[in-house]
Amino acid sequence: MLTKNGLEVLTAIVGKENVETSQASKLVYSFDATPQFQSLPDAIVSPRSASEVGQVVKWCSEQEIPIVPRGSGTNLSAGTTPLQGGIVLLMKHLDNILEIDEENLTVTTQPGVNTLELMEAVEAKGLFYPPDPSSMKISQIGGNINENSGGLRGLKYGVTRDYVMGLEVVLPNGETIRTGGKLAKDVAGYDLTRLFVGSEGTLGIITEVTLKLIPLPETKKTVLALYEDMDAAARTVSKIIASKIIPATLEFLDQPTIKVVEDFSNIGLPTHAKAVLLIEQDGDAAVVDKDIARIVSICEDNQAIEVSMAASETEAEALRSARRSALSALARLKPTTILEDATVPRSEIANMVEAINRIAEKHQVEICTFGHAGDGNLHPTCLTDARDKEEMKRVEQAFEEIFTTAVALGGTITGEHGVGAMKAPYLHLKLGEAGVEAMRSIKQAFDPKNIMNPGKMFANENRKRVVVKQ
Amino acid sequence: MDYDELLNCMRCGFCLPSCPTYIESGKDEAHSPRGRIALMKAVVDGEIEPDEEVKRSLDMCLGCRACEPVCPSGVNYGHLLEQARDIIYQNQEQPIPVKAVRKAAFQGLFPHQNRMIGLTGLIGFYQRSGLRTAARKSGMMKLLPDSMRLMEKVLPDVPTSKAMKQRQRLFQPTVPVKKRVAFFAGCLMDTVFLSTNDATTKLLQYAGCEIIVPEAQACCGALHGHSGEKQQAKTMAKRNIAAFEEAGIDYIITNAGGCGAFLVDYGHLLKDEPEWKDRAEAFSSKIKDISSVLVELGFDKLPLSLQDEIITYQDSCHLKNVQKTFMEPRKLLSCIEGAQYVEMKDAGRCCGSAGIYNLVETEMSMQILDYKMKQTKATKAKTIVTANPGCLLQMKLGIEKEGLSDQMRAVHIVDLLLEAYENANPSS
Repeated sequence: MLTKNGLEVLTAIVGKENVETSQASKLVYSFDATPQFQSLPDAIVSPRSASEVGQVVKWCSEQEIPIVPRGSGTNLSAGTTPLQGGIVLLMKHLDNILEIDEENLTVTTQPGVNTLELMEAVEAKGLFYPPDPSSMKISQIGGNINENSGGLRGLKYGVTRDYVMGLEVVLPNGETIRTGGKLAKDVAGYDLTRLFVGSEGTLGIITEVTLKLIPLPETKKTVLALYEDMDAAARTVSKIIASKIIPATLEFLDQPTIKVVEDFSNIGLPTHAKAVLLIEQDGDAAVVDKDIARIVSICEDNQAIEVSMAASETEAEALRSARRSALSALARLKPTTILEDATVPRSEIANMVEAINRIAEKHQVEICTFGHAGDGNLHPTCLTDARDKEEMKRVEQAFEEIFTTAVALGGTITGEHGVGAMKAPYLHLKLGEAGVEAMRSIKQAFDPKNIMNPGKMFANENRKRVVVKQ
Repeated sequence: MDYDELLNCMRCGFCLPSCPTYIESGKDEAHSPRGRIALMKAVVDGEIEPDEEVKRSLDMCLGCRACEPVCPSGVNYGHLLEQARDIIYQNQEQPIPVKAVRKAAFQGLFPHQNRMIGLTGLIGFYQRSGLRTAARKSGMMKLLPDSMRLMEKVLPDVPTSKAMKQRQRLFQPTVPVKKRVAFFAGCLMDTVFLSTNDATTKLLQYAGCEIIVPEAQACCGALHGHSGEKQQAKTMAKRNIAAFEEAGIDYIITNAGGCGAFLVDYGHLLKDEPEWKDRAEAFSSKIKDISSVLVELGFDKLPLSLQDEIITYQDSCHLKNVQKTFMEPRKLLSCIEGAQYVEMKDAGRCCGSAGIYNLVETEMSMQILDYKMKQTKATKAKTIVTANPGCLLQMKLGIEKEGLSDQMRAVHIVDLLLEAYENANPSS
């Protein structure tokens, strides 16, 4: 608990206007984009520099006060919910792109930079930062790194992890370290950079990052394929990959999702189709033409009822934006929308989609499915009402079964959202008890006082601070 | 409060980048739509008290509703804000001076068009009698806060009381009749901006409309509705519905984005009054902005010309976000020969006027205006076109603030279109 004296110390470090303790401030930083999780912090602190972050962390470490680093709070794993109170540490002032290095093809930036702004800044120089989480217009790059965000281009280009080359991190004891750098080759010791990516703020606070860039692809084409049944769509996905084509994007939407997305975006999506694939290829013009022609014929061979090409980049972007809005658009149907993030090897997509439908039926819950079919990352999304306690129990059972099935198919409990507090009870499904223990000991080594984002990733910690009921 | 609507917000944050106060506050969640909805819900759930900070968060909202079109979940934020403000203002004891001002404005002035005329007449007397010159010379203007002083400066020369009282009620088109329309003249528009209203009826005449201006109409009630005076707003709505019902017209034309958006929403405002609900919806379905009807009637194909200059357009938030009218003004402006239309960056972002927001939340309003002026200057435009009286005054204020009054002007779209039409048709 923060004392009056404690607040004075924090104020002395970051300035009066950067420490908020009003009831309203605490409330608006008590949640993120994850339904059902809400808990009040004791204060919200916004450091103006990396050095101030260090001072704040050092003091919190001495006082054993929990710290929850937060970007824009768009994560879907309750990763930024201050479950045990303490302070929410905002990165809003650390919002400068420090250097775009065109010789080494890197960008060095502070964590509070908006993801889309970063992408646009490097693209203006003919360079490309591929990770594109659906929240990119809102999210901050530091949050993307902490959650190891994915996106629509993950299939061909990988996820955030694959672009992080170096970090500056304030450790839970207040010391600052640097990992990696602009080097393509570096084998000096443990790969701490990779360890921090996706660590969900449980090991330290990222205050600077160097990201890898690649040349901007010359051209891009977008195709929309419609299906009468989901199996045909899923089969197409497997066939495309098996034909040794790696599309930049290969997205899947089922009918209810298409309907709500169209309701929001009004771009003329085919609401009569039972399933839709959104496929993109980018790169050298000749290669793109060849790949797209091949993809179109594979779609047609696999019972696509219609295959159409986006006429312009504007039309293609409209399709991509529509797809990115899928989760929030589903909220139109029911009061509570619970999005999950089960992932399987891509060859198992058809089996997983089939299993999700079977499980939904068995537990009598409504689940829509969309996701990154190409990389096996599906988002079964349950439409429910948190006020219906009986139904919520069935929802939980259904999801547990979905996760177990995903793991049995060689998959995982989360492909891009992170474990946070939401998936913590399921982590052992993927890692086994020994795996969870190994991770716990890493956490223990870095953060013996457990002040960094406590209650996340590992289960069995009391959620005793859920002071605001849902 | 509409609890289902509160639950519709799934907190994805897609609204954040579109919210001017979130951006200008340096990304403060308490000044974002997501944050405000969370506060409303927490108050309704009894988790927190509606204290000063909560009220502050709601007060700070411009009500521009830019969050609505970008919300995939389709949350009707405008309705939530109205309800929340209504509850807070009706239940909270306000300081006596604030109460007096609110009462004078919301009950004493806006509902009574004759009083609006009287007050405008006073302003006219001030402007014409030499009082204005004396006031400006004496230095007493310096006693006013900056924004008020600038506001006094940019207020247009208002018409005489006589002109306001002799408002013509029926107009015949100059070409064969295409549509029969009623004109919603508004309270402020039909007094301070009477010349713009006159320009509107002229344009409608040139476009082929027979126009009636029902005498019994009243202020639209938007100011009341947005400021937590819902009962008053309902009274005005009923008066307007009754006034326009008998007219037998195709459309009800508005030329103020703010009014139009409120009129379109009468169905929602009166949803709990069975004897009014259908009548309100019938009324709302006829509302059309002047630029929409002009495009529909092919006004953009008539000869329109101006001198060689760059023009840019500042969206009226409510016209864009609620009435969804944003292509039509651009289409009309792009058809003017001689002028070059240049789109400004973030043209759809609020200018900071927002009813009386620029008077009560001056600091934030001016910060938002500064950004707007930066984008306006980047277009190198000589003329900034607006579609709502509040935006018009705010942009005039921006020009004055930047010291650009000798090289830039702000006009209402109908005034510019009339200028362009008469320029191309000298005999009209």
